[in-house]
Amino acid sequence: MTDVPILALDNITKTFPGVVALDKVRLALYPGQVTALIGENGAGKSTVVKTLTGIYQPDGGQILVNGTPVHFATAHDAAEAGITAIHQETVLFDEMTVAENIFIGHAPRTRFGLIDMARTTRDAKALLESIGAPLRPDTKLRDLGIASKHLVAIARALSIDACVVIMDEPTAALSQKEIEELYALVDHLKAQGKAILFISHKFDEIFRIADRYTVFRDGQFVGDGMIADVDQDALVQMMVGRAVDQIFPPRTHTPGEELLKVVGYSHPTEFADVTFTLKQGEILGFYGLVGAGRSEFMQALFGITKPSKGVCRIDGKIIVIRSPADAIAAGIVYVPEDRGKQGAITAMPIFQNVALPSLGKTSRHGFLRMAEEFSLAREYTERLDLRATSLDQEVGNLSGGNQQKVVIAKWLATQPRVIILDEPTKGIDIGSKAAVHSFMAELAAAGLSVIMVSSEIPEVLGMSDRVIVMREGRMVAELEGTKLTPETLVRHAAGIEKAA
Amino acid sequence: MTATPLGRHLPDRLTTRTNRLIRSWELLLLAIAVAIFIFNAMASPYFLNVWNLSDATFNFTEKAMIAFAMALLIVAGEIDLSVAAIIALASTAMGWALQFGVGTPGLVGIGLGTGLLCGAFNGILVTRLGLPSIVVTIGTMSLFRGISYIVLGDQAYRGYPDSFAWFGQGYIWWVFTVEIAIFSMLAVAFGILLHRTNFGRAVYAIGNNPTAALFSGIRVTRVKFILFLLTGLMSGLAAVCLTSRLGSTRPSIGLGMELEVVTMVVLGGVNILGGSGTIPGVVIAAFVMGLVTFGLGLLNVPGIVMSIFIGALLIGVIALPRLFAMVRK
Repeated sequence: MTDVPILALDNITKTFPGVVALDKVRLALYPGQVTALIGENGAGKSTVVKTLTGIYQPDGGQILVNGTPVHFATAHDAAEAGITAIHQETVLFDEMTVAENIFIGHAPRTRFGLIDMARTTRDAKALLESIGAPLRPDTKLRDLGIASKHLVAIARALSIDACVVIMDEPTAALSQKEIEELYALVDHLKAQGKAILFISHKFDEIFRIADRYTVFRDGQFVGDGMIADVDQDALVQMMVGRAVDQIFPPRTHTPGEELLKVVGYSHPTEFADVTFTLKQGEILGFYGLVGAGRSEFMQALFGITKPSKGVCRIDGKIIVIRSPADAIAAGIVYVPEDRGKQGAITAMPIFQNVALPSLGKTSRHGFLRMAEEFSLAREYTERLDLRATSLDQEVGNLSGGNQQKVVIAKWLATQPRVIILDEPTKGIDIGSKAAVHSFMAELAAAGLSVIMVSSEIPEVLGMSDRVIVMREGRMVAELEGTKLTPETLVRHAAGIEKAA
Repeated sequence: MTATPLGRHLPDRLTTRTNRLIRSWELLLLAIAVAIFIFNAMASPYFLNVWNLSDATFNFTEKAMIAFAMALLIVAGEIDLSVAAIIALASTAMGWALQFGVGTPGLVGIGLGTGLLCGAFNGILVTRLGLPSIVVTIGTMSLFRGISYIVLGDQAYRGYPDSFAWFGQGYIWWVFTVEIAIFSMLAVAFGILLHRTNFGRAVYAIGNNPTAALFSGIRVTRVKFILFLLTGLMSGLAAVCLTSRLGSTRPSIGLGMELEVVTMVVLGGVNILGGSGTIPGVVIAAFVMGLVTFGLGLLNVPGIVMSIFIGALLIGVIALPRLFAMVRK
């Protein structure tokens, strides 16, 4: 293995209004090796990817390709230099075929300058075979799952003879089997001498496939080295700058009186006959596979969609929820899974986001009182240790974890009785996860009832007082105490009959 | 380990009010207005005459009434292209009622009422059926004016009572017309509505992200429906003023005015994609358009050429900040 990195960042700095996203960071990628980029949310990982792919131009420092300084003015320049990225949601064209996607922008031409379809298909087929992808070149992309789309993106990377492949959380939406196939493919790329930058929050993954690591924290370089020389604890400490001694907070508090009772909630297509109770100060987990109807049910409970039948009571009184406004008035709030689309209004400042559902409280006779909005926003964002430059900063300029804090602050400011958290720690790092978990425990201890939708077994087990398992739109189990084990959860969720 | 708050103190704002004003679109627009004013004053000896200037305000007052409501609608991510057709239908309804001897208060009521009904019709189609407003209002644009043509053909309604003429021809005091008074009051009212009320905040939230607004408990369809009602009502008011000023109703009344209204709103700095924009911006844009039209009129520039100027002005003003940003790079 050579000592000259194929691609290196040297003292790269990138600032945005009010934020230093990258502060003199360095990063080196070597041919035939996988380098894991590790860091909390807001550490600057996405900014690095965008700098490497020419979407952002750094304010300082330089990018070196094979030791020579280069400047990527556009995404095209970066692609020319052989750098390609595979994103969490792959940027491909759904209405085109696999072959067209692989060769878009550099398709083989006939002598008349038209696209040579026969050769495109033939070359695509060869490429797909070389990576062992069981795909037909003439399939439309919209008919493929996420995992297959990743394969197409990788084939595309190979077709432009990329020397650097960036994988930004490639396994986020994949099943275990698909993940194994991806690992095999990464090994294949390594064998071809490609340099791979692998961004992931999952430590088992990092230790499984990475050769090297680089750790960022708050936009700064913390350390790098060979994976073989470190262990998990050391990496976590570098990431968060402190030891994470305990993943889940202890739950000493016992739930109180029954608060919420849902009977027979049904929807024509998404879920049927959901019935449960929720006590004051209780954390109720909802576990299930993706598509089990959990989010759909929660959105009906929050008034986004209308249930076909079912009754909801709070304190024994029937409440009719026709809109989110009704739900909020009844004390039920919902932190959605999709922060950017449903949770926060990213183009508006923090204080306006936090005050939005509480305008009735902060205003007088329908007229805004900004001072009240600021003090409300300050109270709740400081409780959550929000990291921002001012309350007037646009939410879109914050990192994912901090955007989530704004959404949670927004709901706590309404002083709810029931808070529904839909995948509250999805896509956020270990440090932020622990913060969200201990905050959740504090809220429950203070008497707030929490419904947590989660697909992560450790989180469900570690946080919930009781767990409801859903499968194909129906409740299949309600578990607590000793019955609450990883095995029972998986069995019920997957519909495996009782153990023989 | 507990999530003890670190007590990290966040300041309210980093930029001062003056700082933001200096960098605002409104200030740039105001500078342009002043420049055009000075240019006009030097180009024509008839410009700096208060009575001429007073007459010139008719170039924008009626359009601006609609533009205020349209600004809110566009900030919320919707649009209404049927406003000029609503003027035609409202004016026709008033002229029709005139045949039965309806007096001035009744005529005004009918004009405003017709506007409200048209707005409600647009609003129901957009919010209940979930149709895109640009398609709906292109449809109702033809529909409303079509009804006018069926009722009137090539005829015209005349003979409005003298008291009705007050709206479009009357003066409040000295050179100040009734229309400029209505314009001023509406400017303040809409400014407060958009910038100082919960309703206005909801309008911005919806324009920036309708899904997140809904998930935040904002009654999105209700707010949008109200905005269509308001736009219809303002079109009805503009119909009253315009009919009063012209003294007659023809089916071609206000033809093409919807584009001038949208131009005024966009020139005022409202993002055509929704989410941002201010009422002060629209007020200044109204003056800019009025001054340009008046100045060119004094120089005997024909109407067709005037529309070229307005178009060039719009593109120029929109492109200017972009060009500056590019040059700085």
